[in-house]
Amino acid sequence: MEAFSLMAPELLLAGQTIFVVLMSLLVKGDKQADVMRWIAIAMLITFALTGFVLGRPEGTSFNGLLIVDDFSHYAKLIIGLTAALALVFSRSYFKTEGLDRFEFSVLMIYAVLGMSIMVSANNLLALYLGLEMQALALYIMAAFNRDSLRASEAGLKYFVLGALSSGLLLYGMSLIYGFTGHLDFAGIAAVIEADGLNVGIIGGMVFMMCGLAFKISAAPFHMWTPDVYEGAPTPVTGFFASVPKFAAMALIARLLFGPLEGVFDQWQQIVVSLALVSMFVGAIGALSQRNIKRLMAYSSIANMGYALVPLAAGTVLGLKGMLIFMTIYVITSIGVFSAILQMRIRNGMVEQITDLSGLSQTNRGMALVLTVFFFSLAGIPFFLGFFGKWYAFGPALQADLWWLVVAALVASVIGAFYYLRVIKTMWFEEPSQEFVDAPRSLRWITTSSALILTLLILLPFVTIPAQGLLDSAAAALF
Amino acid sequence: MFSDLPILPALVAIPLIGALFLAFVSRLTQADGRDQMERNAPRTALLVSLIVLLLSVVLVIDFDASNPGFQFVDEAPWLGGGIDFRMGVDGISVLFILLTAFLTPLCILASEISIKERKTDYMIAFLLLESLMIGVFCALDLVLFYIFFEAVLIPMFLIIGVWGGANRIYASYKFFLYTLLGSVLMLAAILWLYAQSGVQFADATTDMRALKNLDIPGNVQTWLWLAFFASFAVKMPMWPVHTWLPDAHVQAPTAGSVILAGILLKLGGYGFLRFSLPYFPDASVQFAPLIFTLSVIAIIYTSLVAYRQTDMKKLIAYSSVAHMGFVTMGIFAFNMQGIQGGLFQMISHGLVSGALFFCVGVVYDRMHTRDIAFYGGLVKRMPIFAAFFLLFTMANVGLPGTSGFVGEILTMIGAYQVSPWVAAGAALGMILSAMYALHLYRETIFGEQVNEKLDVITDVTGREWLILGLLAFFTILLGVYPALVTDVTAASVEQLISEFQAATAVPVEAPELAPELAGVN
Repeated sequence: MEAFSLMAPELLLAGQTIFVVLMSLLVKGDKQADVMRWIAIAMLITFALTGFVLGRPEGTSFNGLLIVDDFSHYAKLIIGLTAALALVFSRSYFKTEGLDRFEFSVLMIYAVLGMSIMVSANNLLALYLGLEMQALALYIMAAFNRDSLRASEAGLKYFVLGALSSGLLLYGMSLIYGFTGHLDFAGIAAVIEADGLNVGIIGGMVFMMCGLAFKISAAPFHMWTPDVYEGAPTPVTGFFASVPKFAAMALIARLLFGPLEGVFDQWQQIVVSLALVSMFVGAIGALSQRNIKRLMAYSSIANMGYALVPLAAGTVLGLKGMLIFMTIYVITSIGVFSAILQMRIRNGMVEQITDLSGLSQTNRGMALVLTVFFFSLAGIPFFLGFFGKWYAFGPALQADLWWLVVAALVASVIGAFYYLRVIKTMWFEEPSQEFVDAPRSLRWITTSSALILTLLILLPFVTIPAQGLLDSAAAALF
Repeated sequence: MFSDLPILPALVAIPLIGALFLAFVSRLTQADGRDQMERNAPRTALLVSLIVLLLSVVLVIDFDASNPGFQFVDEAPWLGGGIDFRMGVDGISVLFILLTAFLTPLCILASEISIKERKTDYMIAFLLLESLMIGVFCALDLVLFYIFFEAVLIPMFLIIGVWGGANRIYASYKFFLYTLLGSVLMLAAILWLYAQSGVQFADATTDMRALKNLDIPGNVQTWLWLAFFASFAVKMPMWPVHTWLPDAHVQAPTAGSVILAGILLKLGGYGFLRFSLPYFPDASVQFAPLIFTLSVIAIIYTSLVAYRQTDMKKLIAYSSVAHMGFVTMGIFAFNMQGIQGGLFQMISHGLVSGALFFCVGVVYDRMHTRDIAFYGGLVKRMPIFAAFFLLFTMANVGLPGTSGFVGEILTMIGAYQVSPWVAAGAALGMILSAMYALHLYRETIFGEQVNEKLDVITDVTGREWLILGLLAFFTILLGVYPALVTDVTAASVEQLISEFQAATAVPVEAPELAPELAGVN
């Protein structure tokens, strides 16, 4: 019975997938996709909040396969809510593109279920199962617009490279299993602590990190990102840019601070180099991009680099910094993509940066919120993005990684250049084209995420309890 | 009498509220009400900035000049972990708040005519800018300070980029990225200070007052000093990182230039006084020769560069770099005259260079060119303007009786005590400043009027009279009675110097002791 209450959110989602598929036989016609979507959204929100409603229970279940603690509660909260938002903003796009099928909601729930297993994995097998479950759902989502050449290409590319990364991950896992004789995290940690390190464990760790670096699109494993982001339908890109990144980051944290804690000196070097390469590849690669989705792809590569900086510190504060940074990044990504989804020009969606020219005169509200998002991504105070960097880089500095912090700050200045270009296009240039009447239903998402990014820091009665929650989430892994 | 009221948060909040009000009203305005909105926005902004001015006058009147510590302190919990909301002013910062509050209404007044389109947006940006600038001088928490310090870039970027001249995009990018690169290095140093405070104190904190007591080892001080220096030197701007300034000034609209020269450049000098000297005294002593060298180069080199300019604004921009050289020279003399002079020079330069940019704005609004060769013989068409322009040119040169003189002579007295050669170099700069300033004046105001287009130019309007008259009044007032400024700053500067000397006393004597010890052994 206890296992049930611990696993309530996951069981809820698993039951939901079956329920939805069955229901699709009963509800037919135009309403089908809508009904399924609203059910899925309600379920995702319930999923996100269940842990908190039940008083944040802790423990392991399924014979230690999965662990539930404050860290997984927090991760599920962010994943569930963001996925629900992603479903909301996919609605109008799929309707206008004639792609509105209920399977999308089912895939979303599968993906979230996979991510939920990832963030609460306590065993290498659970880790792999969760990862593959979400990855398979994501491949299909990328190619959801199956008649589009670009989308099919994106899906295929994502699948091939994703399969490669899974192969690397599996190989690493098998090495670690072979050299420690354990699949469960506690067992691996105990063996490493008792017997020390050997080449097999280190090699396994390296392969696993390579596989996971694919998932967070950290350079040099980032090649798929721009193409997939560009090819996938825009709401799917918005989803890719936020939720799976958060889940994979959480998984990396769980792995590094759990079973591989004893390999800290070795994995620190890997994390540092991934961070360093990612932020510069992201910052410099974005300079020449003209397409907003590709720009956001490079921006996410750079941001994953920044998010790895606090992990490299290997401290509780570092983990907390990573969680804060990723949360803010997720809020910003959702905001940017829901803003893009609200703007249509005559021949389709806004895709090029130049499509935004003179937006401050044609659509001031939208220009304002986009300005907030891009300044926040550039890490300019007083937007929340600055505080993300503050909490992310502080712990790294404490761990004597000052050169990494300086490199990250310099990369963020390079990054500011291309974020500024978007702002410049909106404010300094004359309008070049008319916008077609766009759905206004998503306005509340953009407005509220912009307000969060601007005003949250003025509300100490929110920031201080939120810090308490993040502290306990980070402490759960130590 | 008002010191228990939250006057500083109010000073920051009122322009912010004004900006939000304008933003919401303009959002709700229908298309047919746009003209009215554009007409009323400057007046609303003016009203808001006048309220701020009134409040800041109350602040200064109520300010106890004999108290060297922070006054009007407000504290509230904010982010937790020692990062709290803290505001307060001392003698060093209080006058900058008044200067900001004084220049902003003038800028708004000038912009009401010279800005033709998107006036509402312009006023929003300006009020936002005012709020952030006042915030920088109020902040007593390092994070809060950094937020205001860097957020200032946003409205200024928009002001240059949206309402600037032909090459505005290049200038706004250069301004933004240059200053951002400097600021992020300071951010790294701030993060280090925060981390270190957690090690040395019971609780980590970013309280600017408490961080003075950090014990920072010498080699780390060097690096931290350099990180702060990177930020302040760019803001100041010091030679050789000054190249963004002429571009930004030339492209910015008149009021943008006034604020840039009047307030934003002062953030650098303020930062040196607030952080570099108290936090890193040993490193400051170590780097003082570097600062002197850069200052003298700036004074002489940029004066010569200014002489060769054909654009009026560019000339004044280069002269700003030279005048800021006096400020850094004075600050790093580490004595009463030098630092007092540096502070006075900053206030005075805020008035004088602001006034000069207004003067350029006056002729630019009429003729739409800033080319020096275009003008000539203006004295016949615009006698009142010529008189004002003369006064401000002389103040820029440092003529006794104007505020420009006091700052320059004090900084040179301060520098002379440390190194006569530095003072001599700076004095040479004063001569050069007369050269370029008189050159500008002669070419534009005197001489024969060769250009027929100038036949239609008219003298100053009532609005311009008011702006220039107010600035002229204060330029002369501070020139004949500088104690108005120095009395307010004296106590805080004295405390700064005594703390500085206490902190550096041991290392300065150490080299003298060393040979004796060697002899004993």
